Amino acid sequence: MKAFKDKTMSKNLSVDRRGFLKSAAVTGAAALISGAGAAGESAAQQSGPAGSGTAPTLPREVDPSGEVDVLTTDRPGGDFMVDVIKKLNIDYVAANPGSSFRGIHESIVNYGGNKAPEFITCCHEESSVAMAHGYYKIEGKPMAVLCHGTVGLQHASMGIYNAYCDRVPVYVLAGNTIDATMRRPGVEWDHSVQDAAAMVRDYTKWDDLPASLPHFAESAVRAYKIAMTPPMMPVLVVIDGGLQEDPISPEIKARLRIPRLTLTSPPQGDSAAVAEAARLLANAVNPVIVADRAARTSAGMKQLIELAETLQAPVVDQGGRMNFPSRHPLNHTDGGRALIANADVILGLELTDFWGTVDAFRDSLVRSSRAIIKTGTKLISITAGDLYVKGNYQDFQRYPEVDLAIAADAEATLPSLIEAVKRQINADRKRVLQERGGKLADTHHRAFDRSRADAAYAWDASPISTARLSAELWAQIKNEDWSLVSEMGGVSRWPMRLWTFDKYYQFIGGSGGAGVGYGAPASVGAALANKKYGRLSVSIQNDGDFMYAPGVWWTAAHHQIPLLAVMHNNRAYHQEVMHLQRMAGRHNRGITRASIGTTIESPNIDYAKVAQGFGVHAEGPITDPKELGPAIKRAVEIVKRGEPALIDVVTQPR
Amino acid sequence: MKTRCLLFLALPLVAAVTIAARASAEGQTPTPAQRPAATAAPAGNAENGKKLFTSYGCYECHGREAQGSTATGPRLGPRPLAFAALSKYVRQPTGQMPPYTSKVVSDADLADIYAFLQARPQPPALDSIPLLKPLINR
Repeated sequence: MKAFKDKTMSKNLSVDRRGFLKSAAVTGAAALISGAGAAGESAAQQSGPAGSGTAPTLPREVDPSGEVDVLTTDRPGGDFMVDVIKKLNIDYVAANPGSSFRGIHESIVNYGGNKAPEFITCCHEESSVAMAHGYYKIEGKPMAVLCHGTVGLQHASMGIYNAYCDRVPVYVLAGNTIDATMRRPGVEWDHSVQDAAAMVRDYTKWDDLPASLPHFAESAVRAYKIAMTPPMMPVLVVIDGGLQEDPISPEIKARLRIPRLTLTSPPQGDSAAVAEAARLLANAVNPVIVADRAARTSAGMKQLIELAETLQAPVVDQGGRMNFPSRHPLNHTDGGRALIANADVILGLELTDFWGTVDAFRDSLVRSSRAIIKTGTKLISITAGDLYVKGNYQDFQRYPEVDLAIAADAEATLPSLIEAVKRQINADRKRVLQERGGKLADTHHRAFDRSRADAAYAWDASPISTARLSAELWAQIKNEDWSLVSEMGGVSRWPMRLWTFDKYYQFIGGSGGAGVGYGAPASVGAALANKKYGRLSVSIQNDGDFMYAPGVWWTAAHHQIPLLAVMHNNRAYHQEVMHLQRMAGRHNRGITRASIGTTIESPNIDYAKVAQGFGVHAEGPITDPKELGPAIKRAVEIVKRGEPALIDVVTQPR
Repeated sequence: MKTRCLLFLALPLVAAVTIAARASAEGQTPTPAQRPAATAAPAGNAENGKKLFTSYGCYECHGREAQGSTATGPRLGPRPLAFAALSKYVRQPTGQMPPYTSKVVSDADLADIYAFLQARPQPPALDSIPLLKPLINR
């Protein structure tokens, strides 16, 4: 029997499901698809125009009904896909279930034993991706995400964009059904697409649509390697439903192998350029080191400390990663702008926005900008961002006019830069630098004292001040092995100003693309990574962010992911309140209506009740600052038992 | 699904006052001791000022107690700048703060807001707050 083959199907995509079944040599192959088999041949003979030379016109297939006698297989393609994922050492796959990946889903939970990878049930694909985003920030390796065809990937897209902007690898697998004749009528057509990756290609680093299982193996390994090469970014492999579900034929089985994964060494800076950077830095009077996504690992943080101490240079940490200890005497993030304005050499390490670091922009009726640095200040950039830039989405920011641009991974380049700097510093120079370091230490300590003094203002206020919230939280976690798995911009960076951050895993940086909805799932993902290390994961959870996809709290409860979430509930999308106020002031009218469309009031959301509904221990809303410490203490005990807990705190705006 | 851009830190929106506004944007909130004394302040109604501080949106950047934020706007009380300086900055800000003309904030309203700022309580003594005691050895 010759299997029916749709002429519209690409010859390169050997995903003809009947072909698979035929070549699988399963019993009764001849009767496999009864309607397209005997009936098909018969109809072809009848309907083809005699002597015309054109292809016979086949009849519509008929219901296979009772003639199908091959109904099971012991070895579907999804099993091999799981073998590949296991070989990549991926521990978790986050997903909201979808039929376009039901094959691999079943292989994960049965064939794979639901271990490495373990299926993490999510309530929204955006949560799946953001969980993977946060997970990577702690674990340093990708989590996989499974997305349903079309609609699932569409849901996931904002999360993918955040990860792309944040240079974080997320390993996305998306289901799809390529063969139109094999699609179930109805919804499966809505969930199928010619080019699934098209919708996210602008903000993924690489994608592929494997046409066979050997092709999948190669693409899966390649995707992992590409994702993990700086600049790291999400990748996407589209997995056809037929490849997942159909039996592995003997022919294909003979070709199956999983290629060896060898990760690419991160690119280091050109030796001559590094030497020149070292010369400039070592001889500078007022050098400043600015770090954004500089430290990819704890080693990067140690190297940055060594560079700063060797130079006795201040570090301004822009917070894309946990770059530099908060209480190190050379940490001058507070007051950094004044240092930058006075600098003669500025080293930017993986800066998202070098232009914005050295220029001021005024958002007024007439927008304007001005350089804040002195004429002649030398700017040195080390960033892997220069190695991979796309055109459509504008996350690359204004063009920075630097003096030395080193297209390389900062962390990988730091060791050679440190050695080059040391070669430039003799004993006399070292004494000068130590004197500079002493002055910087005094300034750092004064800044810390000023932060404490500032925190005392509105100490007893209700709504609770963000300083009080941060101090109360710190009191309950400071003696634990803690990890802050959220951003802190919404609370005026108080944790970084009051707490002692000195370990890499104690902060995970930001979202990258500032797409709201990242916070809660990223914190849950990071907490999942922290779980096996026994760390106390803590997040400061914004209210607006909470409401994007709150189902992630159910995921945390279901999978028993320990996480202490303390809410910064200012009952508003507060950044937008300020934007609207700006417009009202600028337009010289009605400045009392900035709350319309920007606040989350009337009724106030009872976040504790919402969280309780998902099975999470929760208290609040807390408005009396005196009640906050005891509530956090109770929640810490819950979290130490291995469960999530949430404290809703009504707070000041910032 | 809607996605908004949060410009934390990148967009200091200073909703009233001063030289201190620029200093704050640079992470250098002046201490009360550095601020000029409040002189020649008009008589104002602090209670009404409190209402206006909220309804006019001053709290959005400076906090409901005018305590300030390094991210959005400096502390304004309990020892605000001299009224003349404050008034000038509110009308014609030079930093990121939007302008508030007399059309939308009258001089009388401003006087009431100023009274509210002056009436802010002094913070508790630092030594009386155990949570804010130094936590590190130098």
